[in-house]
Amino acid sequence: MSAVRIPPVLRASTGGAKNVEVDGATVGEVLDRLVATYPGLASQLLTPDGTLSSFVNVFLNDTDIRHLDALATPIGARDSLVLLPAMAGG
Amino acid sequence: MATQTLPPEIGRPSTADAESRPSMAMAGADRILGLRCRNCGTREALGAAYVCAACFGPLEVEYNLAAVAGLDRATIERRPPGIWRYLELLPVAEQPRRGLAVGSTPLVRADRLGPALGIAELWLKDDTRNPTLSFKDRAVAIAAERAREFGITTLGCASTGNLAGATAAAAAALGMPAYVFMPADLETVKIDHALAYGATVVPIDGTYDDVNRLCLEIADETGWGFVNINLRPFYAEGSKTLAFEIAESLGWQAPDVVVAPIASGAMFTKLAKGFRELADLGLIERTPIRFVGGQAAGCSPVATAWSRGTTVIEPVRAPTTFVRSLAIGNPADGRYSVELADASHGSIEAIPDEVTAAAIRQVAGLEGIYPETTGGVTLAAAEAARRRGIIREGDRVVALLTGNGLKTPDARTLGLAGGRAAPGEPGLAPVLRPGYASFEAWFEGNA
Repeated sequence: MSAVRIPPVLRASTGGAKNVEVDGATVGEVLDRLVATYPGLASQLLTPDGTLSSFVNVFLNDTDIRHLDALATPIGARDSLVLLPAMAGG
Repeated sequence: MATQTLPPEIGRPSTADAESRPSMAMAGADRILGLRCRNCGTREALGAAYVCAACFGPLEVEYNLAAVAGLDRATIERRPPGIWRYLELLPVAEQPRRGLAVGSTPLVRADRLGPALGIAELWLKDDTRNPTLSFKDRAVAIAAERAREFGITTLGCASTGNLAGATAAAAAALGMPAYVFMPADLETVKIDHALAYGATVVPIDGTYDDVNRLCLEIADETGWGFVNINLRPFYAEGSKTLAFEIAESLGWQAPDVVVAPIASGAMFTKLAKGFRELADLGLIERTPIRFVGGQAAGCSPVATAWSRGTTVIEPVRAPTTFVRSLAIGNPADGRYSVELADASHGSIEAIPDEVTAAAIRQVAGLEGIYPETTGGVTLAAAEAARRRGIIREGDRVVALLTGNGLKTPDARTLGLAGGRAAPGEPGLAPVLRPGYASFEAWFEGNA
């Protein structure tokens, strides 16, 4: 199980949970199962065609997954995933 | 385009009395409707929020311009200098009673530099002169006032350098504590600047994007008012005042081309919004404006996307540029910046550091204005856009110099040959003994 940290703006969809444990061998699998478990997240994390929204940045152990293998990046039981808004900073 | 001589500074108010301050009747709830998602249009109440709960898109301030439709040029011109003369178009309830004197910086006709760049009518918006020597004072003034209105008691920021001093100074003036997070390897002078105002400066062993990610999590947990995170919808609006001042300085006209640096892209896109709102209110004629952006070649995700004809921004993991103010590898408004450049028939240029350093020396030497590295990028971008044909013969061009050269000492010698300057040669002379014979020997070439 990998730990996924949920930002406040998404917690209404996870019943208020700040951290959830999700199974999956890749980042993409973890996100798929996260959305399957909490369907309310779909509109926030995914585009209408099911791809990851460009407004979401996903970090695996503090590294942006776009610098790794994106959704195909392998993820282990001790890894943590953080979902954060892209529209910040500058 | 007319080439009449325009005043180098915007007009001072004819009556700077209390009645010339923006009135409460035009301020507040009537003109500010709330927050609205730029992506899906969902509305939210005003608050320290920046992300749409429905789609994760960016929240922006929504105005009711009809409520201020009576605002005219003469009313604005009667008000004291500074950003608050445009209060009706800013997302605060009322003009703050305390704060720094921000804005109303000069728009200077660059009659020596312009021809050197192939631009007959070039104007420089000299924002090196704000209280903490950069345009960031504009954005922070808005965010800090909103923080106060929301009851937030601690300010914070994730900074590439200029924001650090701006946030620290605004917090000091308001009597608020400030936490400033910045990459540990930034120019020492920028760190010292924030420290001088009494901020708690937290250096982070990472890039700006690492700092930004960390601050997102801290903002979530602490409830502090991070000016460029949870106060970002308000903060970003501050950059509109650059457009307002440029138009007013040009006699209530928009230029043909605006050239500005791009880091996150927030300022670049808000410039366009500022001109658009003036036109919506009938304060300027609605004319086409081409927007040209500049990035450092060593961190140019937006310029790269523009040149490839896509709005998908590929983030840069490890920026390699001395233009630290623009070293954002994952720019939030990158996509919107590309869209603006395309829609306006502008461009986004990537400038090598050596070219940037030379451009700084050129404007300093020809106009007596000393911008930081972003200014060098901007002027080099203007020259590149001229070569590309984006800037055309007869255009009135405004280039934004958004920070002061004293903050980026690394640029002083980059690209110059080593050695000491000879008499009459630009550069640093050798250290002389304090006697006339020593001077004479050097001056006569016998040192």
